[in-house]
Amino acid sequence: MMHATVESSARPASGEARARPLLSLSGISKSFPGVRALNEVSLSLYPGKVTALIGENGAGKSTLVKIMTGIYQPDAGEIAIDGAVVELPGAHAAFEQGITAIHQETVLFDHLTVAENIFLGHAPRGFLGLIDWSRMRREAREVLEAMGAGHIDPDTFLRDLGIASKHLVAVARAMSIDARIVIMDEPTAALSTKEIEELFLLIEFLKSEGKAVLFISHKFDEIYRIADNYTVFRDGEMVGEGALAQTSQDAIVRMMVGRAVDQIFPARTPNIGGPLLTVSGLSHPTEFDNVSFELREGEILGFYGLVGAGRSEVMQAVAGLTRTSSGTMALAGETIAPQSAADAIAAGIVYVPEERARQGVVAGLPIFQNVSLPSLGRISKSGVLRLAEEFALARTYTERLDLRAASLSQDVSTLSGGNQQKVVIAKWLATKPRVIILDEPTKGIDIGSKAAVHEFMAELVADGLSVIMVSSELPEILGMSDRIAIMREGCMVAIHDNRGLDAETLVRAAAGIGS
Amino acid sequence: MTILDQTAAARPQARHIPDRLDSPLKAGLFSWEMLLVVVAVAIFVANALATPYFLNAWALSDLTFNFVEKGLIALAMALLIISGEIDLSVAAIIALASTMMGLALQWGVGTPGLVLIGLATGLLCGAFNGALVTRLGLPSIVVTIGTMSLFRGIAFIVLGDQAFRGYPESFAFFGQGYVWWVISFELVLFVVMAALFWFLLHRTSFGRTVYVIGNNPVAAAFSGVRVERVKFILFCLTGVMAGLASVLLTSRLGSTRPSIAMGFELEVITMVVLGGVAILGGSGSITGVVLAAIIMGLVTFGLGLLNVPGIVMSIFIGLLLITVIALPIVWRRVREGQAE
Repeated sequence: MMHATVESSARPASGEARARPLLSLSGISKSFPGVRALNEVSLSLYPGKVTALIGENGAGKSTLVKIMTGIYQPDAGEIAIDGAVVELPGAHAAFEQGITAIHQETVLFDHLTVAENIFLGHAPRGFLGLIDWSRMRREAREVLEAMGAGHIDPDTFLRDLGIASKHLVAVARAMSIDARIVIMDEPTAALSTKEIEELFLLIEFLKSEGKAVLFISHKFDEIYRIADNYTVFRDGEMVGEGALAQTSQDAIVRMMVGRAVDQIFPARTPNIGGPLLTVSGLSHPTEFDNVSFELREGEILGFYGLVGAGRSEVMQAVAGLTRTSSGTMALAGETIAPQSAADAIAAGIVYVPEERARQGVVAGLPIFQNVSLPSLGRISKSGVLRLAEEFALARTYTERLDLRAASLSQDVSTLSGGNQQKVVIAKWLATKPRVIILDEPTKGIDIGSKAAVHEFMAELVADGLSVIMVSSELPEILGMSDRIAIMREGCMVAIHDNRGLDAETLVRAAAGIGS
Repeated sequence: MTILDQTAAARPQARHIPDRLDSPLKAGLFSWEMLLVVVAVAIFVANALATPYFLNAWALSDLTFNFVEKGLIALAMALLIISGEIDLSVAAIIALASTMMGLALQWGVGTPGLVLIGLATGLLCGAFNGALVTRLGLPSIVVTIGTMSLFRGIAFIVLGDQAFRGYPESFAFFGQGYVWWVISFELVLFVVMAALFWFLLHRTSFGRTVYVIGNNPVAAAFSGVRVERVKFILFCLTGVMAGLASVLLTSRLGSTRPSIAMGFELEVITMVVLGGVAILGGSGSITGVVLAAIIMGLVTFGLGLLNVPGIVMSIFIGLLLITVIALPIVWRRVREGQAE
């Protein structure tokens, strides 16, 4: 790893970086209800340079990309191109300014041909304003050949191409609209090693054409390999920038994880018993492989990893939501094989999903009906609902979580994100589980609700429940867990006792940075 | 229990959240159902003023035959649509069930047997729809457009341009009999069924899962609801109700033709939507559907008394369907427009 750093120092970086930036963002702030996503951040992109944007999940990287591509409007701050301040009121405005983004899952059209994808929206016109198909094909071929991607036939349907080739088409599209600023948001996430090499050649090509490239990745080897400059975000703030050649990996990791001071976690004395849930050799055809761990009574087991490491998938398998190809599970010594969420709930394992809106709350139904949903069997008698008991159940658990609502009959979708999360947690707690799995329990909720959820987790384990917490937020993982399991690319990397563990060790293990 | 007891003690200051803010009475007063009551009364009065033959016990009794058969299917269809599915094959199920009863009649099956065959055919057709939707994951609108042609096609093949006649006297009771004075068997059956469906949808845990699935099938599955099973049951239920409607209609007409109940599905769906059930699922009530059934009966009967031809009635039904689907959407747009 250090070797790569030395190599990259051969590139001239700092001297030219002082040239005038092609794009510069300054003082950009953006808030969502209850969350401050970006706080006066700045970012500069230079022609012919690749700038890496680095930060933990939730640091504000995607929000910034959405501002740069006109999807979000900043609350404050300035965007300047070539020194001139511009407004980006919509995606089309960004497009006209020559800003283009290539996403993890590229936004192209599977059922159109390569040429159509490249020229969608600005196809060459001929007689009567009709599309000049032969010219479009010819120009598409020219663009692809210029990029060294002449092997892609402009008439192929996009669905027949691999992800790497789709990236090439996306870049070709950027070239055809004469984009000057290319944003690559985790472009390597789904690529093989060979395809990543091809992508890097492409980025070199963009550099040679004088484009300014913003490269977002979690992988340090890639960043050091391809980027010239870096900008580090943490909790919505810009905490460092400079030339990569003069900065060590350790320094960057420190910038990423530097602890925010305003977050306090509940103090607790763990009272951990014997093993409760034992998972051994759990495998899935595509998502994860040979995952084993043990959850003890009264324990908070944290799961850390990068997005896509397979943590949620493992948890969904444990909760009976997805099938596994092999492996066994045992709860309190008894083998279990949940085939559905209903089975898992009956066994005492519940999963509080990450995607609150899609998998958690039932918008359109009142709070009390949301809370009672997994407990319908308990509040009904031979299938007939007992309304008084339903309200009592809902009241017990929502008040317990200090829910802020006008009434229990209020539609759950009228609540804030934090309060919706309380409803979701209340609903699972009402089933009286033995194991509760919380997947990103504080994602996208305000600081106050976060603290309430953390405090509540501490109370749960004090009462003898066992908690698995999947989280990508380092302070949360380190502040709440008794032990921390780290996953990378579908495999279990390590399980550490959370004593004297530091953030850097976790980030290194999760990102696969060797020592 | 330990969690509950300890935490309740630990937090005496927990703020109280009331069950509801508005009393059920107040909520009911400003509901879609109340609007339907007003509309029903208005049409009733208009009918009474328009023709002197309307305000007569026997005329009103005849009126009920206009909506009971469709209304019975609408009860089950309401649940199906709330769950986010639909069944367009119900009229074809009536035709097939009637044909099966006609065939059984030729083989000398008696009245109880005929009724059983009618109901069983409906159940099988519903199960077939349900299996295609839940096992193969096909969209119900496509599946039931297909089975609509399939079921009716079988009836046409069996019957050609013939008809089955000669149903026994005792069989005629279901569609033509009176329980007491002007109160027909059909009407009593509808009232009983409406009460049963009201209870099923609004008072049982099964009914609750119907709403949950219609609003968010993913969250439902994550919460341990067996989504596919509930949907399958709803298709079966709709099939049985179509079978029941077939028994009543066949008995009332006294014969089976392959074109029996042609176009019923649209009137059934109009009833359900007029009753306040969201066409995309998730909300609605049995009370609303019953009121909508009565309104549809009043309208068609009133137009009939005024000698309005059938084709005009079908134009009216079409307009009504579009209006009731568009109304909530337009209403929301107007309100959002004001909000900005």
